[in-house]
Amino acid sequence: MTHWLIAPVVLPAMLAPFIVLAARYHIGIQRVFSVVGVLMLIAISGGLAWTASDGTILLYQLGDWAAPFGIVVVGDRLSTMMVLLTVVLALFVLIYAISSGWDDRGRHFHALFQFQLMGILGAFLTGDLFNLFVFFEVLLIASYGLMIHSGGTQRLRAGVQYVLFNLIGSTLFLFALGAIYAETGTLNMADLANRVALISPEETVGIRVAAVLLLLVFAIKAALVPLHFWLPASYAEAPAPVAALFAIMTKVGAYAIIRVYTMIFPPDLAITSGLHDVWLLPAALISLAIGMTGVLAAKRLDRLVAFSIIGSMGMVLVSIALFSPEGIAAALYYIVHSTLAGAALFLIVDLVRCSRANLDLTPQPPIAGATLTASLFFIGAIAMAGLPPLSGFLGKLLVLDAAFNSDLMVWIWVIVLGSSLISIVGFARAGSILFWKAQSVVPDQEDESSAHPATMSYVAVGGLIALLAAHTVFAGQVHRYTISIAAQLFEPAPYITTVVETPGKLSTPKEEDH
Amino acid sequence: MEFLLASAIGVMTAAGIYLVLRLRTFPVILGISLLTYAVNVFLFTSGRVTIGAPPVLRDNITTYTDPLPQALVLTAIVISFGMTAVVVMIGLGAFLGSDDDHVDDQPDQSEGSS
Amino acid sequence: MSLFFIVALPFFGALLPGLMNPAGRSACAGVTFTVSLAAFIGLLTNLPAILAGDVVMARVDWMPALGLNFTLMLDGLGFFFALLILGIGLLIIAYARNYLSRDDNMGEFFTYLLLFQGAMVGIVLSDNILLLLIFWELTSLSSFLLIGYWKHLPEGRQGARMALTVTGMGGLAMIGGMLILGQIVGSYDLSVILQNRELIQADPLYVPALILILLGCFTKSAQFPFHFWLPHAMAAPTPVSAYLHSATMVKAGIFLMARMWPVLSGTTEWFVIVTTAGLVTMVLGAVIALFKHDLKALLAFSTVSHLGLITMLLGTGTAFGAMAAVFHIMNHATFKAALFMSAGIIDHEAHTRDIRRLGGLRTLMPLTFMIVSLAALSMAGIPLLNGFLSKEMMLEEANHTVLFNSPWLVPVLATVGSLFSAAYCFRLIGHVFFGPVRDDYPAKPHDPGMGLWLPPALLIIPVVLIGVAPFVAEPFVKLITAAVLGNAAELPSAHLKIWHGLVPALYMSMIAVAGGLAMLFVFNPALRVWENAPRPEAKAIFEAIVESAAKLAQNLILPLHNGAFTRYAAVGTITIVVAGYYAWTTGTLGTPDHELQTADPVLISGWGMLVAASVGMVFLHRNRFLSLILIGIVGLMVSIGFVFLSAPDLAMTQFTVEVVTIILMLLALNFLPNKTPIESTVLRRMRDASVAIAGGLASFALAYHYLLRDPVATSISEFHLANSYKGGGGTNVVNVILVDFRGFDTFGEIIVLSIAALLIYALTHTLLSGPVRARLLNREPDQPQAGGVHPMMMVVLTRGMMPVVMMVGFYIFLSGHNEPGGGFIAGLIVSIGVVMQYMASGFAWTSARLKYPYHGVIGAGVLVAGFTGIGSWFVDKPFLTSDFTYVRIPPFEKFELATAALFDLGVFLSVVGAVMLSLESFSRLARRAETPENIYPMDIDPSRLDVIPPPTPKEGV
Repeated sequence: MTHWLIAPVVLPAMLAPFIVLAARYHIGIQRVFSVVGVLMLIAISGGLAWTASDGTILLYQLGDWAAPFGIVVVGDRLSTMMVLLTVVLALFVLIYAISSGWDDRGRHFHALFQFQLMGILGAFLTGDLFNLFVFFEVLLIASYGLMIHSGGTQRLRAGVQYVLFNLIGSTLFLFALGAIYAETGTLNMADLANRVALISPEETVGIRVAAVLLLLVFAIKAALVPLHFWLPASYAEAPAPVAALFAIMTKVGAYAIIRVYTMIFPPDLAITSGLHDVWLLPAALISLAIGMTGVLAAKRLDRLVAFSIIGSMGMVLVSIALFSPEGIAAALYYIVHSTLAGAALFLIVDLVRCSRANLDLTPQPPIAGATLTASLFFIGAIAMAGLPPLSGFLGKLLVLDAAFNSDLMVWIWVIVLGSSLISIVGFARAGSILFWKAQSVVPDQEDESSAHPATMSYVAVGGLIALLAAHTVFAGQVHRYTISIAAQLFEPAPYITTVVETPGKLSTPKEEDH
Repeated sequence: MEFLLASAIGVMTAAGIYLVLRLRTFPVILGISLLTYAVNVFLFTSGRVTIGAPPVLRDNITTYTDPLPQALVLTAIVISFGMTAVVVMIGLGAFLGSDDDHVDDQPDQSEGSS
Repeated sequence: MSLFFIVALPFFGALLPGLMNPAGRSACAGVTFTVSLAAFIGLLTNLPAILAGDVVMARVDWMPALGLNFTLMLDGLGFFFALLILGIGLLIIAYARNYLSRDDNMGEFFTYLLLFQGAMVGIVLSDNILLLLIFWELTSLSSFLLIGYWKHLPEGRQGARMALTVTGMGGLAMIGGMLILGQIVGSYDLSVILQNRELIQADPLYVPALILILLGCFTKSAQFPFHFWLPHAMAAPTPVSAYLHSATMVKAGIFLMARMWPVLSGTTEWFVIVTTAGLVTMVLGAVIALFKHDLKALLAFSTVSHLGLITMLLGTGTAFGAMAAVFHIMNHATFKAALFMSAGIIDHEAHTRDIRRLGGLRTLMPLTFMIVSLAALSMAGIPLLNGFLSKEMMLEEANHTVLFNSPWLVPVLATVGSLFSAAYCFRLIGHVFFGPVRDDYPAKPHDPGMGLWLPPALLIIPVVLIGVAPFVAEPFVKLITAAVLGNAAELPSAHLKIWHGLVPALYMSMIAVAGGLAMLFVFNPALRVWENAPRPEAKAIFEAIVESAAKLAQNLILPLHNGAFTRYAAVGTITIVVAGYYAWTTGTLGTPDHELQTADPVLISGWGMLVAASVGMVFLHRNRFLSLILIGIVGLMVSIGFVFLSAPDLAMTQFTVEVVTIILMLLALNFLPNKTPIESTVLRRMRDASVAIAGGLASFALAYHYLLRDPVATSISEFHLANSYKGGGGTNVVNVILVDFRGFDTFGEIIVLSIAALLIYALTHTLLSGPVRARLLNREPDQPQAGGVHPMMMVVLTRGMMPVVMMVGFYIFLSGHNEPGGGFIAGLIVSIGVVMQYMASGFAWTSARLKYPYHGVIGAGVLVAGFTGIGSWFVDKPFLTSDFTYVRIPPFEKFELATAALFDLGVFLSVVGAVMLSLESFSRLARRAETPENIYPMDIDPSRLDVIPPPTPKEGV
């Protein structure tokens, strides 16, 4: 049997302690191992995605125990795609972190980075709800570590709020899990799908509450209004590469929503009707509006980008909340886009920060390497605001197209188009203040020497931009694939049977007590 | 007995939430710990409760309480321990940096923007 | 040449100028010119096909699932516009080479220009309307860059942002319109859409689609009421104004209206909206233009006015109107581009564009004078120049147009419009070139070099040629008109000729010209009237709108996200409770499966203490030390409860964790203030209390609900109970689940713990190497210190207990698999034993004797656990597959060896390491505060030795 499916979790999980054990005082060695590890992950994930692309459901029974009794790791089109996206993003973030020296401004960056990857990848791959909780905790605690990396009071204060809010989230997750186990007596997602179907319409209170609590847990991760408050400060205060990596963390929430609410609580399930299928869409629309308004309102560049993240998550969730194959396909296309765009923007923010006293949107002397940074910012803004020719625009078209038959069609169109206008104005304002007005400000001589960012930093950002371009050029292929993913999600039978019916150790217990 | 358990959970949750809504870091953290207790007990009860039937296999005993929630709670306890340690440390760091253990950002030092 | 190349060339060519920039200005301009020339020739190669009347198509699938494909179509209309774009583009490039000064970054300029050119060609060649949208928005973006090209000019920045906002808004509206159109027809391909006139006009969504699309067109073509952005775009360098804002981009809207003419026109909505907008724009633009003193502003508003004229012609919906429109587009492009370039020349030579400072240039710049007067007269509609012909046709059409049931409205307004347009043309000639030669020009004006005057001069040729011999243009005009009409209307039989006989149109243009001349004589009084007349200042209004929008957004967003965690938490809790309540109330509540079990007095008393302690915390939390004790009680009660409810492992874990947590909190409290001041108002506490009670009730209800019910199917733990011994080789099912059935959870769990420790260590390190260190060194203990810090009793006790504790830990570890216990609990117990040493004899002493690199212990622990899991790969089993066997080594009796035990060892190690590292990091903070620096080398963190040099005592003090 092959063990590739578990490798994305085990590899970083072993690499990190090794770094701690062997190389904790040698940043050079840490960097080498970290990069090599990520490269290997890319190779593995690519292989997995390729294997899953033909619709195969990859299954890995940990401890050789069959589901639902043991924990299984499942690789279908969706999860393998998310895994691949994560590790590719991780590579560029890592390059930036190294080239900008962020990783050396505190201890254990690379160990935490690897653990962070382990958490995210595990969350994407696991087929067990409680195990999902464990991986959420792993990725969260690693993210705490990365977020407060290199300290600073402002950052720590933001960190406290970030941690506390997520602790509330974890508590809620446990409540939801308890409810689900009490209701169904199982924790495996596929098995849950089977058992939820057994619940009689006379006793729906329990499962309904459980479904809603679970949705709220994921909504916190996905920064859905009004559970998004943790995001702006923590993303803005986090070190740039970390914030860039966080661009995928909100997507974990989106992924979990897609997974759970297409398989366990599908929209056509009677006993949980009138909950997520009704309430997610309005909330998502509000998030979109709030986020993009924040782009116009922000007085600091990092806040601006953080708000644009909220907005793009709103966009993703709008599309998910349609709970239709077209909607999910559009959402997945947009998820890839907004992950790359958000990460790129956060890195660009750091390029600006390099030679600027602060990130306030006020005219200040031109920054080092202004022309290049300005054009990168211009492209990033175009992508995030959803203007042509980049994938943001195509994603927007897909969402609008998918929304055509929704009851809230008019609302969706008005808010999606209106919010992108607002964000255009916001980005144009910010850009013209940062890069154009700067030209008319005379730099005072005795100001601090403007440090020029390292070349590799530009390479990292450029790489992300290049990926965006590829995402645009090959939009047809990508979209076709996301359509096939959506098809697989709305046809969960193969997934469920593969998970539940594959035998493992002692699957047929013979009765004999010792 | 069920009522006792449920009410205990309820009381701990309520007290926890109230403390979480306080203004200083320390009570908030304590509140989180209370919530953790509450949720651990809740998770534990999700396997229903039986007295005097520990899930340790013995010959010619057939009734055992549900072991799975216990395992889950055990994991949860450990994780929340780590989390508590972390949040205490970060809170401490924030306090040492600014001599201020408010959880809310204070308007005066709200770093120029929001 | 394939259409793809024509579109792609400028885009790829856009890279060249940037690269060539260092090679000099001529090189830049050279490559740019070559690129457009190549595209231009490529276009001409398709001329025969066009003349033959067939349509050139090219197609590549892009997003077929969406219906967005790279489909290009070249017909008469597209060819005509492409010709304008590329042809005038060539002239503009040549002109710009000489116009831009040395300190302008020419590479940047030409890059933007080519980007724009490509986008523009894309618009007119797209067959797929979604593709057209993409190019449409691209023109907005590139014009944004071009207008803002002179970054130091505030007008440039504002103009750019205004243009982007207005046209961007239109573009977004158009997205909606196009999508609706596509949904109606079922295809986004123009070639399909244009065949479905009836289908579209019958659809209920026709009107919204029409309005949205027209929004796009009007904003782009600066039609009333969106005309205001165009003049402010004139802050751009003159070549840009000439190219984008007179010849091409502003015609994009016109082009689209012409493109969609077959399917959208002919309805009342179309007629009323488009004609009215066009008419108003025409008159308004002309009037404003007359009173502008800046040459470019004058030309800008005249452009607006002429675009209005064309729009009105398209709006009438008749074939003749369409033909007139096409003809006027052609003529306007020629004379207006020439005028813009000449304005640039005057600006370039006289260093001012203000008409009031000019005059008498007739003799100084004869060449320019010739060009300008010919172009201007044509614009004024003087016979024998091309402007006259199309204006005649316009007036002719106006005569037959009945708007709002009034046969007079359109003709009269049309005449007024042409009157004013004639007037500003005369003023342009009169006030700039005639009159006395002045001696106060900012610079001595003279005719420019050939590079500057040739491009406009070339444009004058068609002006005159068509004016004299209209029939040369006729076949071409008819060809284009046919393309516009599609199969919606018959090609008009009318011919282009100078003399139509004494038709009303002739009288109307006579009135216009005469009136225009008259207007020139009463110009000054009229100007006075105009300047005293109140009129809205578009720029100010726009800025005000944007700023107020930003203000509004800030007032909405910033207070909402001001970092008030308590509010965040409150909102979150309320959301959760409300959502849960909603789900509950909309569900159906079944009947309980079993009744209450009787409560044991022990349990009741424990419950009492727990509740008392919890409630106590609410009221006594201000005394932090006390609240710590109370939470200890809560934890204790919980663990007793676990014992009682047959969960011995949980009880042990809870208890040990409790101890360590309390120690940790005490260490923290050592630095934090011991009291929490009263800050929140009573009202606020009431609010919090109610939220809390709601939450409490919710969790109570949920727990109570489930306690009385069974799961829908037997729990999976049946399997665990049945197979724990057979499959896991252990009788303590909980432990077997932890290390075997769900070992993966435990693996994640110890990693969480390790990360926590690493984080705490890293943070401590950062704090101690930052400003905090000084603060710690100078800090005064706020509590009275005990006399003996390390009392003898305790030392002796802990030393004695150490081996016992170790033994207990060891036992619990081994028995874990079959009896309550296990690696985790053992780890905690051992670490407590060690911590006791620290507490007894102080940090320095102990750490000097217990030199374990806890990092290493953690790492080893995780690795051991991990490799135990990986080990199973070698027997071709999945990760974490356990195996066990029984061995008998005399004299001992048979005992079990399980890989799970090895895994548990990993757990044990990482727990010890994690707990110790965290506590140690904490105490390092404390230690810094109390002990002198000189025991530094005894710190067990070697990193100090090679990373940071040992600090000298004075540092940080």
